[in-house]
Amino acid sequence: MKLRRCSRKPAFPWFGMDIGGTLVKLVYFEPKDITEEEELEEVENLKSIRRYLTSNTAYGKTGVRDVHLELHNLTICGRTGNLHFIRFPTAAMHRFIQMGRDKHFSSLHTTLCATGGGAYKFENDFRTMADLELLKLDELDCLIQGLLYIDSVGFNDHPECYYFENPSDTQNCIKEPCCLDNLFPMLLVNIGSGVSILAVYTKDNYKRVTGTSLGGGTFLGLCCLLTGCETFEEALEMASKGDSTNVDKLVKDIYGGDYQRFGLQGSAVASSFGHMMSKEKRDSISKEDLARATLVTITNNIGSIARMCAVNEKIERVVFVGNFLRINTVSTKLLAYAMDFWSKGQLRALFLEHEGYFGAVGAFLDLLKSADDT
Amino acid sequence: MALSSGADRGSHSMDKSITLPPDEIFRNLENAKRFAIDIGGSLTKLAYYSTVQHKVAKVRSFDHSAKETEGDPLYEISVQEEITARLHFIKFENAYIETCLDFIKDHLVNTETKVIKATGGGAHKFKDLIEKKLKLKVDKEDEMTCLIKGCNFVLKNIPHEAFVYAKHADSEFRFQNTHPDIFPYLLINIGSGVSIVKVEAEDKFERIGGSSIGGGTFWGLGALLTKTKRFDELLQLASKGQHTNVDMLVKDIYGGAYGSLGLTGDLIASSFGKSATTDKEFSKEDMAKSLLHMISNDIGQLACLYAKLHNLTRVYFGGFFIRGHPVTMHTITYSINFFTKGEVQALFLRHEGYLGAIGAFLKGAEEDNPNQYSWGENYAGSSGLMSVSPELNPVQRARSGTFDMLEMDRLERQLVNLPLLQDPTSYIPDTVDLTEDVLAREYWLYCFEEALDGVVKRAIASQKDQPKAVERAEKFRQKYRHKLQTLRHQPFAYGSLTVRSLLDTREHCLNEFNFPDPYSKIKQKENDMALKYYLKVVKSVEELSWEQRQFTLVKGLLAGNVFDWGAKAVSDVLESDPEFGFEQAKLQLQERPWLVDAYNQWIERLKGPPHKCALFFVDNSGIDIILGVFPFIRELLIRGTEVVLASNSGPALNDVTNSELQILTERIAAMDPVIHTALKEDRLALVQNGSSSPCLDLSRLDKVLATVVRERGTDLVIIEGMGRAIHTNYYAMLSCESLKLAVIKNSWLAERLGGKIFSVVFKYEVPSNIREIKS
Repeated sequence: MKLRRCSRKPAFPWFGMDIGGTLVKLVYFEPKDITEEEELEEVENLKSIRRYLTSNTAYGKTGVRDVHLELHNLTICGRTGNLHFIRFPTAAMHRFIQMGRDKHFSSLHTTLCATGGGAYKFENDFRTMADLELLKLDELDCLIQGLLYIDSVGFNDHPECYYFENPSDTQNCIKEPCCLDNLFPMLLVNIGSGVSILAVYTKDNYKRVTGTSLGGGTFLGLCCLLTGCETFEEALEMASKGDSTNVDKLVKDIYGGDYQRFGLQGSAVASSFGHMMSKEKRDSISKEDLARATLVTITNNIGSIARMCAVNEKIERVVFVGNFLRINTVSTKLLAYAMDFWSKGQLRALFLEHEGYFGAVGAFLDLLKSADDT
Repeated sequence: MALSSGADRGSHSMDKSITLPPDEIFRNLENAKRFAIDIGGSLTKLAYYSTVQHKVAKVRSFDHSAKETEGDPLYEISVQEEITARLHFIKFENAYIETCLDFIKDHLVNTETKVIKATGGGAHKFKDLIEKKLKLKVDKEDEMTCLIKGCNFVLKNIPHEAFVYAKHADSEFRFQNTHPDIFPYLLINIGSGVSIVKVEAEDKFERIGGSSIGGGTFWGLGALLTKTKRFDELLQLASKGQHTNVDMLVKDIYGGAYGSLGLTGDLIASSFGKSATTDKEFSKEDMAKSLLHMISNDIGQLACLYAKLHNLTRVYFGGFFIRGHPVTMHTITYSINFFTKGEVQALFLRHEGYLGAIGAFLKGAEEDNPNQYSWGENYAGSSGLMSVSPELNPVQRARSGTFDMLEMDRLERQLVNLPLLQDPTSYIPDTVDLTEDVLAREYWLYCFEEALDGVVKRAIASQKDQPKAVERAEKFRQKYRHKLQTLRHQPFAYGSLTVRSLLDTREHCLNEFNFPDPYSKIKQKENDMALKYYLKVVKSVEELSWEQRQFTLVKGLLAGNVFDWGAKAVSDVLESDPEFGFEQAKLQLQERPWLVDAYNQWIERLKGPPHKCALFFVDNSGIDIILGVFPFIRELLIRGTEVVLASNSGPALNDVTNSELQILTERIAAMDPVIHTALKEDRLALVQNGSSSPCLDLSRLDKVLATVVRERGTDLVIIEGMGRAIHTNYYAMLSCESLKLAVIKNSWLAERLGGKIFSVVFKYEVPSNIREIKS
């Protein structure tokens, strides 16, 4: 990639930021090849930022560094180091900006590359509160560039990409890493708070096919309302213990078995939350069951729309990304099953280890590119 | 999925206390022949086929071999009983099912039926009850098959069945024309889940997809979120809520629009997204609204994806989630519009709730082959589309919808398009859509209400010696007045409101109370009188020069058309001054140039070669047909043009019916050798148009007429009178030459068209392709 032959390096620190509706994703490049000379020259607050980010795995109450995703010994623009992946809720954005002010970030003469809707929404706050100018980038451009880059460098000598073998067999369904010779064309389904579906033909030829408002935000939002939970982790934890068939009405609940006229299996969901029309059933349901049903409903719906788009666009490779899939094997397996089952094996669902961070990576790459351009 | 919900049935207690008014519901039950029932989650739809005994007016020619005596009537009028077939459909809440079954059992006198066809999710639940009460065997039919069968049936037989819903337009409903070819289409049935069915032919359909997020999800999830139990109440909550308080919008993420993708700031980025990130209480209304949007958008999106994949543009929505609810129709319409960028319109059906019952019935009636007949909605016996005004609270809505009815008459003949329509798919019979034109609507509703007294009076007069004529006429008055009132508030109740539908509704109501032909005696008298002048008129015309003759014939045609009991201004004159004669009528006519005046072009055309065959849609009895039409067509016959006179199959106002015209023609032939010869040589033919309306729908004409028109190579169509040439067909485009002529006998309408009362419309049109050939 062109990026690795940078003629002029941008000043440290190197960040890329993706400010979504629910989460802010931050990637930070920690140079490991700092010479003594450099170290002497390095200003104090740059050092303190590096130390703060790399020596902690949690920041404040809600910030988290996904240590397991860290990429080691990456060489970018002639520098070698580690790439860190950090996230915190968008609700904490103002505290983050304040921190930037307190640490005199503006004195570092770095460009802050940001993508996602928040780059627009918070632009003015960055400026007035912390004297910082954002370089705003299109989120879908960033998503695709970031994804292609991470896929190309791999995940610390392992493939970035994986799929599920035997998706229709719960006992033998196993995660398999895979290297793809050619990613194109791919249908890229990005599940954040909402969902965007892109048809990607080459690294800079893509279109947004459609989107749906039933995404990760809907899962968490409904779970919060239905169960009183507060975090995604909590919601997923509950969902993993629940049984959605207590909540959903299945084909067999209505027809006593399969609906043969249309080849519908008895175990297929006929009506999501359909049992909840009855008061007795509402009174006897557990929170875990509700969380599970919510997860299954949202996931199946995304699967169904993605599959239709793949057929309409005549694309067989469907790649799912986004933070909805984080620690969410229930959904990844459901999506793998849905693609396989409904397409009779024609479509394959692919997943990527760095799920929700590609936008931030793309913004980070742009920082290096923009330095190159000047 | 087409899966009906079986939920919340426990909350309906069996209400046995209501008494059913047998006059109004379960009519003609004693002759019911065949039953079908569709039991859904909350509503039961019962269908039965029955025969109705009707009084019909018959005319019969006297034996003319005997020497006539002066003053004898021209022909004999008798009222006879006739049996016609009718389909009854009734919809009521499941709570009343037992009461209704008891009622049916008590009133079912002589049925030979042993089985009742049943469909719907609740059919198995009530199987035992039905079998016990009615002693009929319950025979289950596949739900989706019934649904599709019912859908095909209403799309084919009920004009203005489908409509587009527009919340903020002048009229909420925009009704679609009945297409001669209804296939292929997509039916999205939103029950508890969603089924997406592609229908390619009468018996060829396929479930191409579906979704589990449907009405059951709205209801179930809505009940959990808002602690509101009833579906209607949930919709009510939703109609009051603000989804933007709960949903994360694009502008909540971006601060504004996402311009480069064309996503506006108000677009929902994440349904319920705010409840994931904001720690606060959300109102029931807001959550219900958000849920409604989420589900409607999702269904709309899937529908569009399937429509695109299968390249279909006609997409109908049904199921209990839709069922006349304005909020769901609005959100679905919005969603389809958004996802297809306006390329596909969401279509809804007036009788959507009956599809399953109709289909189940048709399954049971296959041996009678009901599809070989044409059927017509009976406006007198059908409730019409409920008001969907969101202001009406759910309780009111539920009550007004307690018993909803649809009745359809089997028409004696199969109805088809006039083969000479330029484009059958875009043909609209009616000139003004009163659902859209508020001023015209107000005027005509007022006008029909004003005329009601006169109609009642004439109805009574027509049956002076008949039992209970006054009582029946009073019932007619009440029924029709009630219909007019309903239409004032719900102009869309029977599809687009038009002058034609108002007239037809009146005819249906008159028939309902056994006034089959209130004008029969008046028509008889007028025919009789006019016949006496026939030869005189013909002779006086013959003496004129060619140019003068043509003008006199056209004027005679127009003057004859002044005699019309259907127009109030004329019936006033006729009733106060019976001597108002043919010559005086000519004086009343507007001088040339007429309001619409293509007379010169017509004369130029007549100087050319004769037409091969002229089809003449005739209007009134008496002076109009005898002294106006006959001399005119006589000239055509002499020119060498064959003539087909198309008249009504059944009575409407003072319009001449086919059976009356047969007698009149016979009598004229006896006097006039030209007509005599033409009849003998079959150059003059009488056919019926298949209708009993004072107006004319060229897309629903007797099949025989269509055949005659085709076989004779008809190249001229003449349409006469206000009802047929002004209220309808004024803008109808034909593929051959046409004459539309009428005298505007209504000052309001005349003024609207820019003229005065008795203004003349003489419209002669030649389609462009024929014009080119000639030039």
